[in-house]
Amino acid sequence: MARLPITKTPKVYVGGAFIRSESARVFALRDAAGEFFANIPQCTRKDLRNAVEAAAKAGPGWAKRTAYNRGQILYRLAEMIEARASEMAAAIALGGATPAAAAREVAAAVDRLIYYAGWTDKYEQVLGNVNPVAAPYFNFTVTEPMGIIGVIAPDEAPLLALISLFAPAITSGNTVVALASTTQPYPAILLGEMLATSDLPGGVVNLLTGFRAEMIPTFATHMHLRAISAVVNAAERKALALGAAESVKRTILLKAEEKRDWFASGAQSVDAIRDTLEFKTTWHPVGA
Amino acid sequence: MPSAPVAKKSSRTPQRVASRAGRRAPELIFGDLWAFDPAPESADPKLKPRYDLFINGKFVAPKGGKYFDSINPANERKLAEIALASPADVDAAYAAAQRAANGVWGKMPGRERAKYLYRIARLLQDRAREFAVAETLDGGKPIKESRDFDVPMAAAHFFYHAGWADKLEYVAPGRRVAPLGVVGQVIPWNFPLLMCAWKLAPALAMGNTVVLKPAETTSITALKLAEIFQDAGLPPGVVNFVTGAGDVGAAVLNHPTPAKIAFTGSTEVGKIIMRSLAGSDKKMTMELGGKAANIIFDDAPLDQAVEGIVNGIFFNQGHVCCAGSRLLVQEGIAEKVLAKLKARIRTLRVGDPLDKNTDIGAINSREQLTRIRALVAAGVKEGCAMFQPDCALPPKGFYFRPTIFSGVSMSSRVAREEIFGPVLSILTFRTVDEAIEKANNTAYGLSAGVWTDKGSRILKLSTELKAGVVWANTYNKFDPASPFGGYKESGFGREGGRQGLLDYCKLI
Repeated sequence: MARLPITKTPKVYVGGAFIRSESARVFALRDAAGEFFANIPQCTRKDLRNAVEAAAKAGPGWAKRTAYNRGQILYRLAEMIEARASEMAAAIALGGATPAAAAREVAAAVDRLIYYAGWTDKYEQVLGNVNPVAAPYFNFTVTEPMGIIGVIAPDEAPLLALISLFAPAITSGNTVVALASTTQPYPAILLGEMLATSDLPGGVVNLLTGFRAEMIPTFATHMHLRAISAVVNAAERKALALGAAESVKRTILLKAEEKRDWFASGAQSVDAIRDTLEFKTTWHPVGA
Repeated sequence: MPSAPVAKKSSRTPQRVASRAGRRAPELIFGDLWAFDPAPESADPKLKPRYDLFINGKFVAPKGGKYFDSINPANERKLAEIALASPADVDAAYAAAQRAANGVWGKMPGRERAKYLYRIARLLQDRAREFAVAETLDGGKPIKESRDFDVPMAAAHFFYHAGWADKLEYVAPGRRVAPLGVVGQVIPWNFPLLMCAWKLAPALAMGNTVVLKPAETTSITALKLAEIFQDAGLPPGVVNFVTGAGDVGAAVLNHPTPAKIAFTGSTEVGKIIMRSLAGSDKKMTMELGGKAANIIFDDAPLDQAVEGIVNGIFFNQGHVCCAGSRLLVQEGIAEKVLAKLKARIRTLRVGDPLDKNTDIGAINSREQLTRIRALVAAGVKEGCAMFQPDCALPPKGFYFRPTIFSGVSMSSRVAREEIFGPVLSILTFRTVDEAIEKANNTAYGLSAGVWTDKGSRILKLSTELKAGVVWANTYNKFDPASPFGGYKESGFGREGGRQGLLDYCKLI
């Protein structure tokens, strides 16, 4: 008699723990053939606020890690994904991608993390500088992470796009609360398990699943989210920008209606790191 | 123009009376012992009786035919008439800017754009004294500030950014940059000419064209700058000035043409602008308000720190977004600092802005004076101890005595709200961590000051303070090479330096 396999109950990764939505709501995920796969947590605004709290707790510690240490941890995350690449590819293939395309996406996601792992101890040398002011001061501009960044991932490239959005933010010491693809949430569920074994402190990356319409108003107005990095349509952009005005929040809003090649080398850059940095300039007198 | 010297009856301060022979040496307080002879700056500001709009390289009458008065806040006398732009004028300005962006300016090599900016810097230096007097007449700031700070710094901004125009490949490493096209800019009344230079110089260096609206109370020096643009041969449409109040500003900001909006002003108005632009996909730079902490540790060089505190809050009558309006003093030296500060404030000369000895000039407008009075009244009502020197104020014009509040709590309105006037709120702290916590406990994050003898403490504070600019053992220093801009609700984007140019380009 064939053994009945044990199926996994998907949970989201928040504050270093695996949780279900506080609402106890789920939505059914079906594979490309329409077969039931699993119930995915339908996170709420309350879950988002809890995740922001977790990110706030993790923030100062993560930002204070040395750049070298952050680089090694991002590299370790890449190692964790690479080691479970076939499992992740299967998760992507659920959405209908061919096995080859799914494997390609996993490889690109790993490479993206390696790219940003290498930036942690270099972007400052590229983005900051000493300023030659016309007075006896040593004047220098350095970068600092903004704080907690809200990420809203697109439906396409459910792993690669999500990582492409949050990796530059955590490279510099920000923490992230991300809403995964609604149509293909399972790669994000699996990614949570890899994050948990990556040495990345709990709360640095918090992954939520659910529906955009429910979550966007809170992403827009939550005052502790200092920036939103999202791939969103025109109506969502307007909603996010309106909410952002309440606390002068930074918005990096990519247009969902434009075709975007997440695999291209242009989808990774030091400018993406800069998008979630503040520049700070210090004046120090030069004298005896 | 200068007000008559004020004959001052000697009013002995309580402190002088209290000091007894054989004890502490009496403080020398010169402030009100003798009336200073007037020392008016007499250069001719060369004002025109009427200023038209500057569109497409020409001064043109507003289509609606309306003008409004610009007055001298020092004596409430009319200085000139300023054109009131209508929406049709704003359309014309944007059309001119678009033509220049598509044509001459957009196609010009960077090295040629640079030469225009160099010329502008030089011509402004040539007419520096004239501009300084005009700036002081129109805005009320002391002539020593407009002469030694506003005008030379404005020229320096054009000169600095000129050199960038042909070196833009160094702005964003690994990327090529392109101008955004047409930019709409709205500037405040506290540094009218300097804000003009801050906004225009990086935009033009990058190859953009501009429609700019000066503040309605201080339009004159922008329009005088337009004369320089004509003398420099700047191609028509590259810079266009439209004048008027908030509705003209709204027309500039909400116009469909500009690819980017840059605003300097209050956080309140900044939020309104962000809302009105939501969904427009326009790029923005917001340089908004502040409530900066100026932190004095017990090992700080106190006399130097007191000068820094005074400069931090009374520079430009406190009409400074990065003013050090919250003084955080370590508890052990709080009384000493307060005493020194009071003695120093008694020597400040408040009065005719055109007088070269004046430290604190006129408040920019009646509206702003009313706002300052209301917030100061709130501070008194909340139980904060207020100190003002008993200096005489000119009979006409808008003036406010330098004011300090001690015994202020974090929740007090005078510790939380931007007053934008010569009003300092003093709070105390015990430990480094408490200083950081209190300094950061605000929605703003524009600037901060740190006074201590200990280098490692300076670096710790400059790391922990959530502010875009940190001054160590100094305050209110600016330079075109030094990026300026805020964290949190003090806005986003930087002005000055390499970083400031990033806000005026697209990466390709």
